[in-house]
Amino acid sequence: MIAKGHDVSVLDEDPEAIALLERGLDRPWEDHGGQFTVGTALEMDALLAAGIENADAFVAATDGDNTNLVIAQIAKRRFDIEKVVVRVLDPMRAQWYEDQGLSTVCPTQKAIEMLQAAVGEAVDSVEAA
Amino acid sequence: MYVIIIGAGKVGLNLGRELRAKGHEVTLVESDPSRFAAVEEEFEHQAQYGDGSELWVMERAGVERCEMLIAVTGDDEDNMLICQVAREKYGVERIISRCNNPRNLQHFELLGVKPAVSATDLILRLIEHEVPKYGLVHLLDLPQERLEIIEIEIQEGSFADGKEVQGLGLPDGSLVIAILRDGTGFVPLADSVVEAGDELLLVLDTGLEEKITQRLGGPRNEPPEAQAA
Repeated sequence: MIAKGHDVSVLDEDPEAIALLERGLDRPWEDHGGQFTVGTALEMDALLAAGIENADAFVAATDGDNTNLVIAQIAKRRFDIEKVVVRVLDPMRAQWYEDQGLSTVCPTQKAIEMLQAAVGEAVDSVEAA
Repeated sequence: MYVIIIGAGKVGLNLGRELRAKGHEVTLVESDPSRFAAVEEEFEHQAQYGDGSELWVMERAGVERCEMLIAVTGDDEDNMLICQVAREKYGVERIISRCNNPRNLQHFELLGVKPAVSATDLILRLIEHEVPKYGLVHLLDLPQERLEIIEIEIQEGSFADGKEVQGLGLPDGSLVIAILRDGTGFVPLADSVVEAGDELLLVLDTGLEEKITQRLGGPRNEPPEAQAA
């Protein structure tokens, strides 16, 4: 996103996570216009420090489904952010929250689809042979 | 009543015991294998293993027919979402959630999860009760009904000291329901006289509290001679 010229602010509880952001960059993350805040996502102070009030889009992609679903709803309801995307591993909950109006991305569901497609192709080629 | 309890730690387990002893049907859901094993020993088929925030685990526990769901895991996000889904997806009317970190109470509220019970808050209330600040204690909040019950101590020389209940000039939407004096309490009449050291219990509409403390605790607006006469 930063390569495309957007202003990106990253919030992570691990202070070392910025090293990951900087991999492959020629200059430090912040020199590219990026922001990095250390804190936990449920802390209002951390969200504010990361600049949630001015955000046009919000991505909740921690490794916890429940955390993501809560902060996404905070972003949407409390801060009126129009574009909110949530990573949800559990396909059932991803579907339900999608139906409730959240934009969910479910890696598990995507993987299932890809695997199915791959198996389907394999089966087709066996049958064709 | 059929009650599902999610999280079988100390709180959940004891709640389960109490409710079962009172004759309610209970299911305890626990996601930690070793804790589950211990709970299952005691609760047998009334204990289920699984992550209570997953829909299929809730469905297996019978969320569709339960009359109350209590989320008491150690994780606030889990409790919030469990209750949100129980209410909005499965139509469970009565939910109770534990709030581990009082700073998260605002999030519970935002997601419409109430009541959220915070042990820290409860203890603070108790401390307030033991060591009242400004002589005012919240005894009970009924946010849905928009009512609260408070206890207020009458200071010597304050406006209320020596007044009849009907002369307190309390705002509409408030009522003195009891006076506690010398270790006993009574329901006052309109002409009961309030004395310094009394504790007044009042029921009032939410938001009137400040008006009332100012009124009762404020200075006397009559000269002392009138009081004596």
